[in-house]
Amino acid sequence: MKRALPVFWLVLLLTVPLWLRDQYLLHTLITTGIFTIAAMSLNLLLGYTGQLSLGHVAFFGIGAYASALTTLGFDVELFAGFRVVHQPWPAIVGFFVAIVVAGVSGYMIGRLSFKVRGAYFVIVTISFAEVTRLVALNWVELTQGPLALTNIPPFTLGFPGLGTYTLWNKVAYYYFVLAAGLGAYVVISRLVGSRIGRAMIALKNNESLASSVGIDVTRYLVLAAVVSAAVAGGAGSLYAHYLKIIDPDIFLFVYTVTMVIMVITGGKGTLAGPIVGGIIFGFLPVIVRDFAAPAMQWILYGALMIVIVFVLPQGVVPAVEHWVTNRARRKLAATILAGTAKPGDGR
Amino acid sequence: MDQFLQHLVNAVILGGTYALLGIGLTLIFGIMRVVNFAHGELYAFGAYTVYLVAAALGLDFFLGLAVAVIAGALLGALIEITLLRPLRTDDIDTVMLVMIGAWIVMQNTELMVWGGVAKAIVTPFPDTPLVIGPVSLSWLRVFVLLVALVLIVGSYLLIHRTKLGKAMRATFQDRDTAALMGVNIKGIYTATFAIGSGLAAAAGALLGPVFLVTPTMGDLASLKAFAIVILGGLGNITGATIGGFILALVEELGAGYVSSGYRDAMGFLIIIAVLLFKPTGLFARAERVG
Repeated sequence: MKRALPVFWLVLLLTVPLWLRDQYLLHTLITTGIFTIAAMSLNLLLGYTGQLSLGHVAFFGIGAYASALTTLGFDVELFAGFRVVHQPWPAIVGFFVAIVVAGVSGYMIGRLSFKVRGAYFVIVTISFAEVTRLVALNWVELTQGPLALTNIPPFTLGFPGLGTYTLWNKVAYYYFVLAAGLGAYVVISRLVGSRIGRAMIALKNNESLASSVGIDVTRYLVLAAVVSAAVAGGAGSLYAHYLKIIDPDIFLFVYTVTMVIMVITGGKGTLAGPIVGGIIFGFLPVIVRDFAAPAMQWILYGALMIVIVFVLPQGVVPAVEHWVTNRARRKLAATILAGTAKPGDGR
Repeated sequence: MDQFLQHLVNAVILGGTYALLGIGLTLIFGIMRVVNFAHGELYAFGAYTVYLVAAALGLDFFLGLAVAVIAGALLGALIEITLLRPLRTDDIDTVMLVMIGAWIVMQNTELMVWGGVAKAIVTPFPDTPLVIGPVSLSWLRVFVLLVALVLIVGSYLLIHRTKLGKAMRATFQDRDTAALMGVNIKGIYTATFAIGSGLAAAAGALLGPVFLVTPTMGDLASLKAFAIVILGGLGNITGATIGGFILALVEELGAGYVSSGYRDAMGFLIIIAVLLFKPTGLFARAERVG
């Protein structure tokens, strides 16, 4: 049963375009998938190392801009006549450039930000995100500023011996996002399941104890930031090429808040948490849009966030797991009492 | 040079309201250790209250200012009692998440009630500017600076000279001992948050007529307030006052001589620089890392 469950979900996800004909729902599913990937990356920092980065949207946005600019090309003057000219490259290259550029930004911002902890870390990360937003808004020569980067071409995949395939429609993007999501999931789950992941959890639980047993705290935090930023950058690239237009609003704080709400609601520090939270908050607008204006929807999200912190501080996934184990225990206890099983069965 | 004097005067006037924002947050963030993302929303709330009283209801502008400060303090007390009191023993991140929720709810309530279009508040001050030598400034701005200075001095006296201020300082130095000495701890927490909120509302009420009132005006205000508190050192009222003026000066000169587009980036660059190079703030007092 436990082994069948992931297979069931995978088959369900793979067959979605076969039975889902509603283009709006498919679109929601794609954007939900992109934000879920971003939430998964945030969870690596927030859930596993315990660092609340509220500047996460910076990496998402950096990835989006890096990918779009790689694909569209640019011609900027850096200083006194020194020009950097870049000819357009294929979109799929942009995707990998986005991952690398975001990862490098994660390294640099991580190195600086992890000098402080707690509230100061939060504020430094917000500051970095706001500075990137203002750069995107004001460096018009590179980013077009508020005019936005438009006509971002879709991804084209090349298959050796089979020719190329361009992702023109939603179904194709759905599968591409799904594949990227699975990739991100595998990377993150391998990482947190490894020795490195255990070191991260150790320093979340007790940083001074972790460093006293020889865990190089800054190194692991920066590593988590790099992986997290790289995954977020990839998600940003997907977003840019799917919507075909990006403007500096991509750096708005509300997107970080969306990711945080997804992680907190689903359950930080669990692999399934951001996915569950992502699906809940991705589809909430679909459910409430008929009777609630956007402002009302946000009020609902904010209130829900407060309620979650008060009622389910660990999030949905740990609460469900807790309920399931408790039920199994009660069942076992009942069978022991009835004399049909010995203690130790079902372990 | 003339331009420089004008920038300097503008910075002083803006600095007064920034100092109010900073003092309010240094009480809440510096002393209570609540990372208050709703601080900017109380600033916006103050501005909208003045708009409601003075423009929408057509009553007196000065009455509007007083109502804004009192309503801001009451709203702060309500937030403290309903959201923060039950979470007193929880960690700083949990409280931060709740305040983010409160911030989203408040901002979007403003958007729903007032709409997204910016509102202008008309004041009873004459339109002709006051000209002193090469510097010209509006009467409204002079009034804003005077009120801000009165409130700054008032809050300094409140914290350092009154019994309530003494109880506040005692509570945040050592909660248990203060309780044993007969201090009403719950009341002190509520009062501190209410005073901080009232000051934020006052800052919004004063700057609302100078600029325009929009639902998102609180976002930058929150982050600027954090910059001021970090610059001045946690819980340090004098530091927050000086920090407010420094931020205003840096913004004003940055906008005047570097680029007006990066005006709002100055605060963030200050935050990053201070936390990385002198994390105890310019006016060191307490430990910072951890």
